[in-house]
Amino acid sequence: MAETTTKDSSQAVQPQVEMVRIKINGMEVEVPKTQPDPITGKPVPTTMIQACAMHGVDVPHYCYHPKLPVAGNCRMCLVEFGMPAVDRNRQPVLNDDGSPKINKMPRPAIACATAIAPNMEIYADSDGSKEMRKAVLEFLLINHPLDCPICDQAGECKLQEYSYEYGQAESRFVEAKVHKPKQVDLGPRIMLDDERCILCSRCIRFTRDIAGDDALGFFNRGSYNTLGAYPGKSFDNNYTLNTVDICPVGALTSKDFRFRMRAWFLKETDSVCNSCGTGCNTIVSSREEVIYRQEPRENDAVNSSWMCDHGRLNYKWQASDTRLDAVSARRGDVREVIDWPRVVDELSGKLQSFAPGEVAFIASGQMTTEEIFLFRRLAEKFGGLRESFPNVGEGDHLLVSADKDPNTNGLFITGFTPAGEQGRNFQSIQDGIRNGSIKALFVIREDLIARGMDAGLLEDLQLLVVSDIHRTPTTDAAHYILPGCAHFEKRGTFINVKGRLQKFMKAVEGPGASRPEWEFLHELVHQTTGQNGFSTIEGLFNQMAGEIPALAGVTWASIGDTGRSVELPGA
Amino acid sequence: MIVERKELSFLEKTYLPGIAQGIKITARHFFDTVSGRKKVTMQYPEEKWTVPEGYRGAPYLVKDQEGRTKCVSCQLCEFICPPKAIKITPPGPEVRDELGGVEKGPEDFEINMLRCIFCGLCQEVCPEEAIFLMKDYSLTGQSREEMIYHKDKLLELGGVHNDTIMKWKKKDEEARQQASFH
Repeated sequence: MAETTTKDSSQAVQPQVEMVRIKINGMEVEVPKTQPDPITGKPVPTTMIQACAMHGVDVPHYCYHPKLPVAGNCRMCLVEFGMPAVDRNRQPVLNDDGSPKINKMPRPAIACATAIAPNMEIYADSDGSKEMRKAVLEFLLINHPLDCPICDQAGECKLQEYSYEYGQAESRFVEAKVHKPKQVDLGPRIMLDDERCILCSRCIRFTRDIAGDDALGFFNRGSYNTLGAYPGKSFDNNYTLNTVDICPVGALTSKDFRFRMRAWFLKETDSVCNSCGTGCNTIVSSREEVIYRQEPRENDAVNSSWMCDHGRLNYKWQASDTRLDAVSARRGDVREVIDWPRVVDELSGKLQSFAPGEVAFIASGQMTTEEIFLFRRLAEKFGGLRESFPNVGEGDHLLVSADKDPNTNGLFITGFTPAGEQGRNFQSIQDGIRNGSIKALFVIREDLIARGMDAGLLEDLQLLVVSDIHRTPTTDAAHYILPGCAHFEKRGTFINVKGRLQKFMKAVEGPGASRPEWEFLHELVHQTTGQNGFSTIEGLFNQMAGEIPALAGVTWASIGDTGRSVELPGA
Repeated sequence: MIVERKELSFLEKTYLPGIAQGIKITARHFFDTVSGRKKVTMQYPEEKWTVPEGYRGAPYLVKDQEGRTKCVSCQLCEFICPPKAIKITPPGPEVRDELGGVEKGPEDFEINMLRCIFCGLCQEVCPEEAIFLMKDYSLTGQSREEMIYHKDKLLELGGVHNDTIMKWKKKDEEARQQASFH
């Protein structure tokens, strides 16, 4: 679940607001009087649940979500509270010691929709509050099918967690449960189980207010109240899978992840989506070197708690059959598998045999910033033309960026390609090969034939080195194939379209002999230039930050889990 | 605790009565066995002992009396298994009809009998009463692969477990009675 407290985020963006003194569980605290509304951003009164979250007190809830409008329908967050007493003239009543007298309110209130008031006391952990949670849970479980053994949510289900914490083991309900439709095909990526639904309406609010596609609603009444898509509307926008994340129970499940692995086996790795320039923060879940799912990770500076369906499901290429898993050299028509030390030796010897300017370098916005930095060093040593290509597609109103590469700004910030000059040298490189002034080409993560280069032109080269992760027509033509790693298989940084520098961690091992590009680039730079570098990603990043003005003062450690913004060249 | 050490008498200090007593017991067993009055060995494997109730032998999967594989692939046994002997392949997202009203069943279920320590935690944790420790204690095979029992073999060895609850069938019937809603 991508849900956490709003503590850091909301306080960070808040301008100076009036503070209110209240008591939570007997602890005297100060909280801001207003908070920005999750949808409009306008200041609205702080609620009890927000005040509790700010001070680390967890009030159980189902329908409340910090990023969605308040609905107040699940009643799980009912708490007892007290207010300062007033006399008939609306004057505060004081205790003998001069402090305001607090009267416990005769009725509880829902913490998600009740604004705080000065001197209010919230009894979130009182016996009464716990008793109410138990009663609400009993009602929620009346018609719940309890099919946890076959439910994908088991292990990360709020109904399970709160039942364990506050519920009762025995059911007093002896009548037959109401049966609702199961295995409902709600949309191309979503499977709905109406029996499990607790009608919190989080998914409805998300699709209506965040995704802007009012497709879901409740039908029928009473016990037969059921979630569904409006007739004639299909639930197929690009953000549907976020409803699976925010569903507190197992009602909405992802068809992609359904019945593939149990949640408790999954290892979670902090990563960044590489499907477009937005760079949504993600959690990659894997088990035994197999990636099972990708989920958004909260980062208010980039993607809030959401990510698009396209990006989320765009991970299967990592395990595809076309992955390159062997280092190979082509001698004439024979392809020979060799090992890394030998390929680095051979390559550095061959590269040095060319005159300055005879080698051209082609990089990609899929490479990490550190790799581009090392690649630029190599290119500078041999003084050749440098090129990278723009990858433009369609963007949308919420998260999807028109730039389809995750690290275009990494190319600009390291100076590999100056901003706005992508694709300009391609013609000169092709002309250079034709007239013989360019004799060698070093390509990383780019298929030149798909970019329109004539396959015969590649044959004219004396040396074609290609590093990629998938087999392409260009790798087939290469003299040396260097199998690289997907971003799931290495550490590094991307700089998104807005200049957010973000790091990602390694989730799984790369196939066969594949190796992170920065490792062999580091060795090549070392062998050809004699410069010493770092053989750890931390050292390499810190060295790079020391040489690039825009990254001055940034260290690998100071990037943090949610990244930091850097000055973009020409911005 | 301090134990008072008893003062030994002169005779006891010579150890002779103790030795004599020991020889007496040994001699009795010797003559009992030689004369055939008492048998202490069993002609295994022709002759086998009666395995007691509650014995923890090899774990096998069971079907219910209607022939449905009871396992729903919840993978709790895989999680609890201390020597990691169990590996379940979940069925994946395709909707299947052959599972008798239950949405989920194992694609494959492997128990590595070389790893299994017959602890019984899988049986204890199973929410579906689908796996039981049976009375088999002597498992043999020609190779390591042969000792990894797959779903079909486990089901065959496990046989039928008489289910008195029939949870999923009951649910299905209940739902059918409310069919007007569907």
